[in-house]
Amino acid sequence: MILARVVGTVVATRKDPRLEGKKLLILKPVSPQGKEEAGYVVAVDTVSAGSRELVIAVSGSSARMAEGCKDHPVDTAIIGIVDAVSLDEPRSGKQS
Amino acid sequence: MYLGRVVGRVWSTVKHASLEGRRLLVVQPVTPELRPTGKAIVATDATGAGAGELIYWCRGKESSFAFLPEEITTDFCIVGIVDELRVRRTEPLEPGPAAPPATRGD
Repeated sequence: MILARVVGTVVATRKDPRLEGKKLLILKPVSPQGKEEAGYVVAVDTVSAGSRELVIAVSGSSARMAEGCKDHPVDTAIIGIVDAVSLDEPRSGKQS
Repeated sequence: MYLGRVVGRVWSTVKHASLEGRRLLVVQPVTPELRPTGKAIVATDATGAGAGELIYWCRGKESSFAFLPEEITTDFCIVGIVDELRVRRTEPLEPGPAAPPATRGD
């Protein structure tokens, strides 16, 4: 799973019929420190995530195990809304 | 499977039902020399790994097999805790720019 921030929505009229009624959101992957990483992904939302929320997204065939995505043409799904991320203190005193 | 180190945790209340009660850990992939490499990921835990531990993890749908017969929505899963790691490298696989010039035969 990756951490990502919801940065937008996608509206599509012509699409696979199995995607009808699915909310598509644009995600910007972020590091655990909260820094934005390269690229964007479009994901199916299964947890009613909102704009600018930090979420966890699952990709690949595991995405089809998400709620209502069985046998759907989906490869990234939002499966959780993040409350908090905690990072351990690096033991060497050096940030990795 | 890949080597990694547990560097943190993620809390989530609203999540897929199959993740209820599962620990979500932040894993920083590391090289065999234990240097961080690549982006940190969020993984489910099938082993009870703790903070700072060296672990190995697998990716893809196969990572959910660790929880069979339950079907867990996960694509990264910690499947083992490393006790000991031995790396013996006789030849550098890909000499990087920082590698010293070859002086073999001197």
